[in-house]
Amino acid sequence: MKNLFKLFSIIILIITSNSNSFAAEKVEYLKTDWSFKGLFGKFDRASLQRGYQVYTEVCASCHSMKYLSYRNLAEPGGPEFSEAQAKAIAASFEVTDGPNSDGEMFTRPGKLSDKFVMPYDNVKAAQAANGGAYPPDMSVLVKARGGGVDYIYSLLQGYEEAPSNVSLDDGVYYNKYMYGNKIRMAAPLSDGLVEYGDGTNATVEQMSKDVTTFLMWSAEPHLESRHQMGFKAIVYLIILTVLVYFSMKRIWSRVESEV
Amino acid sequence: MSDHDYRPKSKVGQWFNDRLPLLTLANHLTDYPTPKNLNYWWTFGGILTFCLITQIVTGLTLAMHYIAHADMAFESVEHIMRDVNYGWLIRYIHANGASMFFLAVYIHIFRSLFYGSYKAPREIIWIIGIIIYLLMMAAAFMGYVLPWGQMSFWGATVITNLFSAIPFVGEGIVTWLWGGYSVDNPTLTRFFTLHYLIPFLILGLVVLHIWALHVPGNNNPVGIDIKKPSKDTVPFHPYIVIKDGFALLMFMIVFAFFVFYAPNILGHADNYIEANPMVTPAHIVPEWYLLPFYAILRSVPDKLLGVVAMLSAILILAVLPWLDTSKIRSAVFRPLYKQFYWILVADVLILGYVGAMPAEGLYLLIARVATAYYFLHFLVILPVLGFKEKTLPVPLSITEPVLGGSPNLAAARNKESKIE
Repeated sequence: MKNLFKLFSIIILIITSNSNSFAAEKVEYLKTDWSFKGLFGKFDRASLQRGYQVYTEVCASCHSMKYLSYRNLAEPGGPEFSEAQAKAIAASFEVTDGPNSDGEMFTRPGKLSDKFVMPYDNVKAAQAANGGAYPPDMSVLVKARGGGVDYIYSLLQGYEEAPSNVSLDDGVYYNKYMYGNKIRMAAPLSDGLVEYGDGTNATVEQMSKDVTTFLMWSAEPHLESRHQMGFKAIVYLIILTVLVYFSMKRIWSRVESEV
Repeated sequence: MSDHDYRPKSKVGQWFNDRLPLLTLANHLTDYPTPKNLNYWWTFGGILTFCLITQIVTGLTLAMHYIAHADMAFESVEHIMRDVNYGWLIRYIHANGASMFFLAVYIHIFRSLFYGSYKAPREIIWIIGIIIYLLMMAAAFMGYVLPWGQMSFWGATVITNLFSAIPFVGEGIVTWLWGGYSVDNPTLTRFFTLHYLIPFLILGLVVLHIWALHVPGNNNPVGIDIKKPSKDTVPFHPYIVIKDGFALLMFMIVFAFFVFYAPNILGHADNYIEANPMVTPAHIVPEWYLLPFYAILRSVPDKLLGVVAMLSAILILAVLPWLDTSKIRSAVFRPLYKQFYWILVADVLILGYVGAMPAEGLYLLIARVATAYYFLHFLVILPVLGFKEKTLPVPLSITEPVLGGSPNLAAARNKESKIE
């Protein structure tokens, strides 16, 4: 019994330490309190809404988010804009639709069911506009980087003057958290770049946190229901395990062997 | 077996059972005499059955929504994660279920190694088990390709390229496997087909595995033959059923923790980047459960010999019943073997660790030493140990060490409690 438990914990330790050791780069990332971590972790609604604002006003000019639809913005567990707000957001984008009955493509205002409009028509166009570098799609970006949210959060604040021994080409910037320290993206944030509707002071740190929270949600839109269900499932399993344990003890008491 | 004279009570039951003896089978399964001293290491057989069924059920559901096409696979997985009702849950159970499956199978295999369960008369059970394990690795590898992320694509490229090491026909075989000149859509569709097929092959082999087990009956921690049924056995139901159920629930708690709170910790971040044949990831690593063999592969400088070493590392297990010359099954009564056993466990863990590291410098050196030791264990230590080792006296029955009366009772109990 005890030994079995010991075994499980040892194995979990081995597995997690093993996978961590190659998943993460060996840089100390900036830390902040993420509301969505932990057993009951939930998104900070206001932060998600601000994060969407940063994304749409700053990031979206280069980075697509092709797996998200405008309806997601109003769904539970996300930024939870009201349906009217989400409709208004969708309608502010021009969507190419068609062909119509004349065989012509046409543009119309976006609807809730539309996917997020992409900044470029294709990868080549994106590269051409960004000096050859492709701004990665942001839908699952947080999960696609070893350091996760901490990495993105740090990267946004990691721009520095390059050390004297590092020479940078035109259009390449120095970032102390980037793999290899060279990044094709200029520092995207500066204090006061966006004006938050709720009056929050738009420091680089604040914007980094908000937009990273938003990216976490875009990568894991069901995170909240996952945490809620997980807690219930594990409590249920523990209760059932205890009940089965005592049933087992009772049944095995008929033979002199121990379990 | 003792239940051949079983007759159902009802007339209908008898009529049916005379034509198809399913009720006799059910009766055999419930009455199946099981050694009563089995410890919790023996519960992993049931846990593995649970893992297989879970993978098949979640896999079928995923297959209803997944699109096996190079241009759409990644997107369809995101569709499952976002828009399919509870798709995220099903996919996370399936993805982490693979890891849980391997965790359980490794415990199951190492239990067998410790208690000598592979020895006569259980060689066929063991060999079927090794085939199941090989098929599991094939299924897991192909399953990892299906999301069509970067690690999927490059993992598939690296592993299929191993076949090019075969002299003369290697290149041709690789082209044939790929269905083209690189890993591409034809590779994905055939991997999907095979990934769908293999679990059912495993299911069939599991039936044979259990059938073969029910002929001699279970081995046990003392490792001696027992009379069945006797004072040393209990009927499978309810004793073993409830115990297996209890262990399974403990296992499910760990499983649930991964699914709900750390669903991506066992995967590689690069697999959330869509496959791109133009960009090679910095480190191409397989899933954790294949790392020891990956380390063996890379520790040999020659490509062909590396592949041979990797395959031998698995296939050597199939001849293990004949490499181990000791008449005593359980390591409880083999003081030297027990020490070598734990060194082997450490060796495999070390191989797994260096398999995740870049193959250079100190890591490569460690990998080479560990690889050499792995083969040394099976090819030299085990055969020699059977002749040289002074084993402890073995009790005559299971009840003996429990009820007392044997001079080595204290020693046996002591040893047992240590490993349990």
